[in-house]
Amino acid sequence: MPAPGSVLMKEKSGAIGREVLRGLGTSLWFCFLTFPLLAVRVNTIEKTVVWRLSNMVWVALASFFLAISWRWLLSRRERKTKRRDEPRARWLARKFSGDRRLGAAGMAAVMAFALAFPFVSSMYQTSLMITALIYVMLGLGLNIVVGLAGLLDLGYVAFYAVGAYSYALLNLHFPWYGFWMALPVGALLAAMFGVLLGFPVLRLRGDYLAIVTLGFGEIIRLILENWNAFSKGPSGIANIPRPSFFGLDLSLHQATLYLYFLMLAVTGLTVIAVMRLRASRIGRAWMALREDEIACECMGIDKTRTKLTAFALGATWAGMAGVIFAAKTTFINPASFTFMESAIILSIVVLGGMGSILGVILASLIMILLPQYLGAFSQYRMLLFGSCMVAMIVFRPQGLVTASRSYRYVERFGGRKAKDAGEKAPAA
Amino acid sequence: MDYFLELFFRGLTRGSIYSLIAIGYTMVYGIIELINFAHGEIYMIGAFTALIVASVLTIHGVPQAWVLSVAGLSAIVWCSAYGYTVEKIAYKPLRKASRLAPLISAIGMSIVLQNYVMLAQTQDSLPFPNLIPEISALSSVKKILSSSEAVILGASAFFMVALSLFIKFTRLGRAMRATAQDREMAMLTGVDVDRVISATFIIGSALAAVGGLLIASHVGQINFFIGFIAGIKAFTAAVLGGIGSIPGAMLGGMVLGWTESFATGYVSSDYEDVFAFALLVFILIFRPSGILGKHRAQKV
Repeated sequence: MPAPGSVLMKEKSGAIGREVLRGLGTSLWFCFLTFPLLAVRVNTIEKTVVWRLSNMVWVALASFFLAISWRWLLSRRERKTKRRDEPRARWLARKFSGDRRLGAAGMAAVMAFALAFPFVSSMYQTSLMITALIYVMLGLGLNIVVGLAGLLDLGYVAFYAVGAYSYALLNLHFPWYGFWMALPVGALLAAMFGVLLGFPVLRLRGDYLAIVTLGFGEIIRLILENWNAFSKGPSGIANIPRPSFFGLDLSLHQATLYLYFLMLAVTGLTVIAVMRLRASRIGRAWMALREDEIACECMGIDKTRTKLTAFALGATWAGMAGVIFAAKTTFINPASFTFMESAIILSIVVLGGMGSILGVILASLIMILLPQYLGAFSQYRMLLFGSCMVAMIVFRPQGLVTASRSYRYVERFGGRKAKDAGEKAPAA
Repeated sequence: MDYFLELFFRGLTRGSIYSLIAIGYTMVYGIIELINFAHGEIYMIGAFTALIVASVLTIHGVPQAWVLSVAGLSAIVWCSAYGYTVEKIAYKPLRKASRLAPLISAIGMSIVLQNYVMLAQTQDSLPFPNLIPEISALSSVKKILSSSEAVILGASAFFMVALSLFIKFTRLGRAMRATAQDREMAMLTGVDVDRVISATFIIGSALAAVGGLLIASHVGQINFFIGFIAGIKAFTAAVLGGIGSIPGAMLGGMVLGWTESFATGYVSSDYEDVFAFALLVFILIFRPSGILGKHRAQKV
């Protein structure tokens, strides 16, 4: 009797043994790989070498466990694609989005928390929250371009810079020019830049578009850095006024509070606007374009115009966020608008789930707030961002929260009908 | 005239480095249609590895000729290993995913590598020893063509010719060309496509290592951020020549090098990088297929 069981056991222990061996192999490989950079540190001026062999132990341990979990996750992914069902993963999201009362209760709780937040926390944390909300806005804006329209924009930070500099420069030259006038102007200017850039480059295929936008972003930054007469160069512009409140003088504390609520309102408006946009004709055209350009053209969707709108609208939010950023920090210089910033915003969108509003909000809160509370780990922030991007795209390309609109749509309106049509089609 | 020649050679030297890096982009693009964003970081890692090995050897009193060759060799070995590993981690699991997915994971990988080097080594710029010996025969024309420039030109010419011969005549080279033309067909005729892709990454990374060693030795300092700019410029070179075409990458590198050196020499040196990016934007808008590239119609 024990024969089949022991064979199974043997097979299983053999498989585990193989995995462990592979893990050991990988960890050896990584030790070799990281040896010169991690184990050796040279001081080229004093001509001394520091050997840091203890690092190798950490690399070996970490890569062993990472390799095993990597392979396990990969095999899990394989199995999942084979089974082709995912109801459990989507259960929570559907529960929230499907059940209106639950959704409303959740919304109310979040809103109450957001409104009470500045009164129960320190000013530092409120100010951090403002930054996080700025990233929510940027993420939502980029989400239009990348998530909905499927255009990979790596120079998004350029529009952010346009917004920030438009406020700073207008205020520098015309001191009476306040925040509230700058907000629409910054948004408009950024949108114009979006169209200006979008017009020639949107004919390009996806990956070329990514590089051109990256180049554009860098050009803007380099111009800001080098054209001293225009932008004051690398030293930047200081003393940008905070937003005014009906001409009252606000203390720093009050100004932060005011900015927080302002930001909350603007973010709320952004969420509503993006939600409405997504459900609108143009939003559906974006998503269709993302899935299949040629089919869209056959359906009579104007490709260029649709893409341009996505670009311009995405840029608009970046412009507004830029104005608010300038008003918050009261000092800007080109160093705030590097490619890394674009990469952070992009990783927020990827992490949150392309096309998903809730996902982007969650991701930007996590990505911006978490590193601040990690303390000593904050220098590993970008390392974490990068690895999250890779791991996310490999194992969970749909992000934290799956954009589930299309499914709901089918279930509510088209599910039954589509099935009927499918059954009828061959007969006809 | 002397100034012109000086700029000419300066452009040629830079251009040949760009070409060396651009070849890595173009080969990968030719085979799996992916912009390997992390390629610039591989080049940066090459420069760092060379610096570390060279410093350790110099401190232990190894003669300079040995230092140069051992440092170069280890840069090549480690860069190839990094290129191979990056492909296995970030691109191989995404073979069947949409086009944007590997691009995003490539950006993630590039951020990871940059910060890894920054945390493992240093944030600051490191001085890079001049490993290239002075050539006495060139002392009369030193102002126009320095000896390190001459070595860079010679070395990159050597590697480019070697690569062309390799692609043309060896079995693996033939397999690469077959895979670039039609991956599925190549698979059907018995080409081990996974191996070909790995080989492509290894060769491209090795060339980037050579580029990293040469330019670091020429410029005299490195930091963890050099890969980003160099990567974009090499990509520009690859696109300029027609992405997917190896002679195109060589030509594109030269054109970019000259553009930069003449523009900085005659117009303004503040906007050095702007010229490169502007050239990239213009090329992509007006001739996306590049100088030597073929225009391919989009298939349904």
